[in-house]
Amino acid sequence: MSVVLEDKKQAFLANFVAKSADKDSSIAKQEALKALENLEFPTTRDEYWKYTRVGKITNANYSQSPSFNVSDISRYLVEGLGAYLVVFVNGFFSEELSEISQAKGITICPIAKARKEHVDEFDQHFGRLSKHESQFFSAVNTVYNTNGVYLNIEKNSVVDKPIHMINLTDAANAAYNPRNLFIVEENAEVTIINSYETISGSSFTNSTTEIYVNEGATVDSYILQNQSETSKQVNEIDVVQKANSIYTANTVTLNGELVRNNYNIEVKGQGCKTNLYGLCLTSGNQHIDNHTIIDHIEPNCESNEVYIGVLDDSSTAVFNGKVFVRSEAQKTNAYQQNKNMLLTDDASAYSKPELEIYADDVKCSHGSTTGQVDEEAIFYLRTRGVSELNARKMMIRAFANEILENIKIDALRAVLESKIDERFS
Amino acid sequence: MLSIKNLHASVDGTEILKGLNLEVNAGEVHAIMGPNGSGKSTLASVLAGKEDYEVLGEITLNGKDISDLAPEERAAEGVFLAFQYPVEIPGVSNVNFLKTAVNDIRAFKGLPPMLAKDFLKLLKEKRALVELDKKLTNRSVNEGFSGGEKKRNEIFQMAMLKPKLAILDETDSGLDIDALRIVANGVNKLKSADNATIVITHYQRLLDYIIPDFVHVLYDGKIIKSGTKELALELEEKGYDWLIKPEMAQ
Repeated sequence: MSVVLEDKKQAFLANFVAKSADKDSSIAKQEALKALENLEFPTTRDEYWKYTRVGKITNANYSQSPSFNVSDISRYLVEGLGAYLVVFVNGFFSEELSEISQAKGITICPIAKARKEHVDEFDQHFGRLSKHESQFFSAVNTVYNTNGVYLNIEKNSVVDKPIHMINLTDAANAAYNPRNLFIVEENAEVTIINSYETISGSSFTNSTTEIYVNEGATVDSYILQNQSETSKQVNEIDVVQKANSIYTANTVTLNGELVRNNYNIEVKGQGCKTNLYGLCLTSGNQHIDNHTIIDHIEPNCESNEVYIGVLDDSSTAVFNGKVFVRSEAQKTNAYQQNKNMLLTDDASAYSKPELEIYADDVKCSHGSTTGQVDEEAIFYLRTRGVSELNARKMMIRAFANEILENIKIDALRAVLESKIDERFS
Repeated sequence: MLSIKNLHASVDGTEILKGLNLEVNAGEVHAIMGPNGSGKSTLASVLAGKEDYEVLGEITLNGKDISDLAPEERAAEGVFLAFQYPVEIPGVSNVNFLKTAVNDIRAFKGLPPMLAKDFLKLLKEKRALVELDKKLTNRSVNEGFSGGEKKRNEIFQMAMLKPKLAILDETDSGLDIDALRIVANGVNKLKSADNATIVITHYQRLLDYIIPDFVHVLYDGKIIKSGTKELALELEEKGYDWLIKPEMAQ
C-alpha cells in the first residue's frame, strides 16, 4: 500500500520537476525537500482536510505548460482601475503584457529575478512563513515553484495605484506553483489584487504567498478566483502582522472545480486589525474550501471574519475558521461568522467556526447559519411585479452584499457585481 | 373590474375559502370584515397569486382570467397587495427594488425601461404623498422600519405602481391614529374612477378614514352578508355573533 502511495507521490511530483529549472538554493527549499520525503497527499482522515478530497488534483497527469501566444488580456483587466499589472500566462511571467513602471519606494519584479537581485531581503523572508514543513502542497510549492511576484514597499510609501497580478491559463491540463513574496515595510500602504482566470483549458494552480505586514503598514488584498470549471487550485497565504498594522483580505471565488484556500495569519504585535472576508458562489459539482487561522499572540488586537457562500446545484462549500487567542493576548476582539445560502436541496455546506481562547479578558464571538432563500420575501417582491428571476437575483445579491460592500475599489466591486448578475441570469 | 366566482382555496387539504363570490366595479371601495380565521388574509394572498394554495373557481380582472397567472403577472395586470406584515428584506434597497418592479412591469407590457430622471421624479412625488422620509426609501426594504413606516412604505409602493385593484390587508393593524390618517389619506388620494380598492379589516376604525361603498362579512370562507357602510357600524356595535348564529340572536 505504502509503496503504491509512494509511487503515486513520485508520479505527481514528476509533473513539476522539469519545470523547476531555476537555481534556488534557499534553506526553505532544502527543508521542503526533506519534508516531502515523509509528507503524503492529504486525506480526509486529516482533520485539516476532512471535507476535501484531493484525488482530483493528485490523480491527474499534467502536461508541460506550453509557451503561450496571448496578446489581448483586456477582458481580464478591471476597467478603470489603472493598476500596475503583473501578468503570468501558463505560469510564465509575461513582460510584454505586464505594466510595471518602477515608482519610488516600490519594487515589483518576478520572484525569480528577486532571488538574484535582492538576495538579502529575499533570504531574510523567503520560506519563513510558509508551511512547507507540515503541508504537502506548501512543500511542493516551495521546492518546485517557478515564478511569482516579489513585492517590496519601502517604509512610509503609499503605493499610488493597486497592483494587479493576473494569472492566466491557456493550456490543456497545466500545473504550476506560483510563489509570491510581499514585504510591506513600516507605515507603507498597498492594495494588491490577485486574479486567477482561464483563457482556455484547465489547470492546477498550487500557489503560496508570504506577506510581511510591518509596523503601522496597511495591506488590502483581493483574490479573485474565476478559473474554468475543470480547474483546481490550492492557495496558501501566510501573513505576519507587526504592531498597529492592518491586513484585509477579500477572497472571492466564482468558479473552479476544486478550490482550497488556506489563510494563516500570525498577529505578532499590539494594536493590529485583521479582516478576512470571503464570498463563494458555487454551482455544478464545485467544491470550495476556505480554511483560515488567525493567531492572536499579542494584546489589544481586533479581528473580523465573515465568509459567505451561495451554493447552487450539487456544489459544496467548506468553511473552517480558527481563531487562537494566546494567554498574552488580552483585550482581543475577535468576531467570526459564516453564512451559507443553499439554492437547492443537493448543495451542501460544512461550517466549522472555532475559537481557542487562553486569555481571560477578551471579547470573542462566532456563529454560523445555513439556510435557503426567504420564499416570503420572493413572494413579496413578485407581488410588486418583479420577475421571479430578478427577485431571486436580488435576494442573492443582497446576501452577497455583506462581502461586496467591503470592497473599497469601486471598479473592482462593479466587475464582481456584474459577474454575479451574469451568473444568475 | 374584479369578478370572483365560486372561489375555493385550500392549503394542506384544509379548505379555507369555500365558494366565495364578489363583484367589484371600477371606482368602488369594498371593505371585507370578519372574525379571526374567517379567510380574509387567505383571500388577499390568493388574489395576489400566492402559490401555497390549491385554488378552484374563477378570478377575472377586467374580463381577463388571472387565476393561473404568477404573482408578478398579476402585478403587471394591475393587482396590488398591501401586506398585513410587510416582509423585511435586508440588503435590498427600496429604490432598487422599486426600479426593478417598475421596469419589469414595463417590460411585461412591452415598454422600454423608465428613464432614470422620470423614475426619480415619480419617486419624489409619491414619497410626499405618504410623507415617507427620504432616508427610508434608500434603506433596505422594510428593514428596521417601525410598524407605521412599514405600512406607509406599502402605500408608497402602491403609489409608485398605480394598480387597478389594490387590496389592503389589515393595513390599520399596528398603526397609531396619526399614521392611520396618513396611510388613509394616501389611499384616498390614489382613488380614481378607474381603480378599485378592497380594504380588509377587523375594525370599523379604518373605515372612518377610507369610506367604503360596500361592506362584506366574510365568515367560514364565504361572504355571508353584504351591505353599505352602515353595516360596518352595526358590526362595530353588535359584533359578528348575530350574523353567525342568527337563530340564537332571535
